[in-house]
Amino acid sequence: MSRRASYQGVVAVAPVTIPYERYSIRSAHWWIGSAIRELARTAGIGPRDIDGLCVSSFTLGPDTAVGLTQHLGLSPRWLDHIPMGGATGVVALRRAARAVQAGDAEIVACVAGDTNNPDSFRRMVAGFSRFAADATYPYGAAGPNGSFALLTDAYMRAYGATREDFGRICIAQRANALSNPHALMKRPLTMADYLAARMISDPVALFDCVMPCAGADAYLVMREETARAMSLPAVTIQGTIERHNAFPEDPIQLRGGWALDRDDLYAMAGTTPDRIDVVETYDDYPVIVMMQFEDLGFCAKGEGPDFVRAHDLTIAGDFPHNTSGGQLSVGQAGAAGGYLGLVEAIRQLTGAAGGTQVANARTALVAGFGMINYDRGLCSAAAILGAA
Amino acid sequence: MSGTLPPRKPSDPLAVPAAPLAPPAGRSRAALGLAAAAARGRFALQCCGGCGAAQYPPRDLCHRCLGPDLVWRDVANGGTVLAMTTTRISADPYFRQHTPWRSGLVQLDCGPSAVAHLHRDVAGGERVRMRLHLDKSGQGVMLALPAVDTPDMDADPMLRQMTCDPRGRRVLVTDGRTAFGRAMAQTMLDAGAAQVFCGIADAWKPGPTPPGEAVDLDLTDTASVRRLAAEFGGRIDIVIDTALHIRPGGLLERGDIVRAREEMELAFFGPLRLAQALGPVLRGRAGDGTHAACAWVNILSIAALAPMPGYTTNAAAQAAALSLSTGLRAELRPLKVVTALVGPLDDAWHQAVPPPKVAPAQLAAAVLRALKGGREEIVVGDIAQDVMNRWIDNPATLARDLASG
Repeated sequence: MSRRASYQGVVAVAPVTIPYERYSIRSAHWWIGSAIRELARTAGIGPRDIDGLCVSSFTLGPDTAVGLTQHLGLSPRWLDHIPMGGATGVVALRRAARAVQAGDAEIVACVAGDTNNPDSFRRMVAGFSRFAADATYPYGAAGPNGSFALLTDAYMRAYGATREDFGRICIAQRANALSNPHALMKRPLTMADYLAARMISDPVALFDCVMPCAGADAYLVMREETARAMSLPAVTIQGTIERHNAFPEDPIQLRGGWALDRDDLYAMAGTTPDRIDVVETYDDYPVIVMMQFEDLGFCAKGEGPDFVRAHDLTIAGDFPHNTSGGQLSVGQAGAAGGYLGLVEAIRQLTGAAGGTQVANARTALVAGFGMINYDRGLCSAAAILGAA
Repeated sequence: MSGTLPPRKPSDPLAVPAAPLAPPAGRSRAALGLAAAAARGRFALQCCGGCGAAQYPPRDLCHRCLGPDLVWRDVANGGTVLAMTTTRISADPYFRQHTPWRSGLVQLDCGPSAVAHLHRDVAGGERVRMRLHLDKSGQGVMLALPAVDTPDMDADPMLRQMTCDPRGRRVLVTDGRTAFGRAMAQTMLDAGAAQVFCGIADAWKPGPTPPGEAVDLDLTDTASVRRLAAEFGGRIDIVIDTALHIRPGGLLERGDIVRAREEMELAFFGPLRLAQALGPVLRGRAGDGTHAACAWVNILSIAALAPMPGYTTNAAAQAAALSLSTGLRAELRPLKVVTALVGPLDDAWHQAVPPPKVAPAQLAAAVLRALKGGREEIVVGDIAQDVMNRWIDNPATLARDLASG
């Protein structure tokens, strides 16, 4: 049993997505503000009824969540800004849930949004972190493609994964995305297409890479009774973990922080991996998906390749995974990429997933992974959510 | 892949020349220590004075004990390649000129893992020799070489971005009159330079014929320098300024400024004229072809750091020249500016100075090594090294140290 306090009485509601665009002339303020407007509309409240705000964005600079309050005319009594990339969705949930539980806020809007113009991704990558500027960007300026190419190469050497194994993940997600009208990728992907795609940074090829885009995702965190009073379909928070800079002595990243904390996660939720109905992993590159399958206990370390060979990862399959299509097929809207799995999980557990709905989804696991500060992703997080 | 160096090709007059681009240059202040080590040809990392841990990337405190005493120390340069990639699509214009570009993650024998440029003969999963090199931005970068030398390994295109091998290149030696200039020219020819131009300031005077092609060049005459740049600027890839003019004399004993003015003319205004006339031309060709313009070498006296007894005004001129050379380095990127600080020369102007002194062939060999190794700061001769060691130990005491003999 975990000794941590449960999240009982707190729920996540109102999953919102501002449909992604490849390039946008709007600012991050516009995308985030639009998501907050949509949250208020969904909940049937005014924007000023939101008394807690948690923001994540890469392109909001020079502003932070602070400047955003004035920009959007909000007066929250609880404010957070989480710079954790792909881990932000789950971490925001953890922070907001505790704030609501403690009474520091009644209704917390958790929002991630970014804009994307033709040069913003290059600029973001060039100045991503001090270590990136000092010790990775000057080595080919491949950005995350290069960093994940090294992780993929190391993983393939260590565990014998093949490109086909990674292809299975990408192809299943593309099949899922075809049922998601918001996905930017609209064409089916075959194994032949996947394998024939041009190399970007060997062994990472075109379909292993997410497409940067503009967009925003958001949800609300509030008390269960508040949600009931507003007639908002809700999901419960059964367990969560986060970890930063796990295993610093590993010479190269073959595992993430989940491996350190997963027992705590399942103990807190009182469940086991085989009882999870829907899995939403962080998928900026397929290798990290495979690592999450292992580190979150769906298979043993090194068995990721066998796992994807043995399971059907599509919506109707025996292991429904990244049901919206994931970032690989929906697009990566900056920090919103860290929210994609979470809003999809809320939709799945409230029966609101439309074409991507998994039948009888009662329990979902959402994992986040973020910030290749230098040679590895530093932030890992996961949450188990339940249908109310 | 063929191993040999590509032959020099005449430039195609119809082709748009490759722009003189440089890789991303932004670094933290701590990371500049890599460039300082690379410029001197050292493989040094930040080490903690408290717990001894070596760390990379550079930080502001020890990552193990949070100790503040970080010192750059030479460390073991062995490593093992953990992973590698070939970047085919890059966000940066410089790398787009040079893709595919190979890099990898190397576990260093001294502890940390480092992303490094990979030499083409490094296949992966194997032992490598690490070096710090200056890239075209003048920043220190990690480079992994095969554990043992491979045939024609210097011809690796990536390595050639970091080095300035005179092989196949055209070199200007500014002063073909002195034994030092002649030895420099001969050494460059022997190293495979495609052509060596030797400047002659006073062709009417009888004197030994320099190796290579003699050209009129008087560094004290702006018109002469401009004529040379107009006629030969497009055909010079490496400049070696050997016009080291050192005459004995203290500040008080000379009684006027005539000699000092001469010293400034040759040590400061001469290189300045040359840089203003030739610098833009060379910089414009710094990315072009298989043998791009790549280096500018300034030979200076170690007295630039602090006056040697009996050479006071000369030291002042040398200090000005050193400052000029350092400033030129920043403005001339992506070319390398090599500063060679030499001890007393073994020439007629140093008759009263006891040995050890620097011989012409010794200086030329040191400059050749620096060019081939891609170094930017070298010290030549035992006296110069001794002065440099004292300066590194405590710059505040060097001048008093030297003045007391």
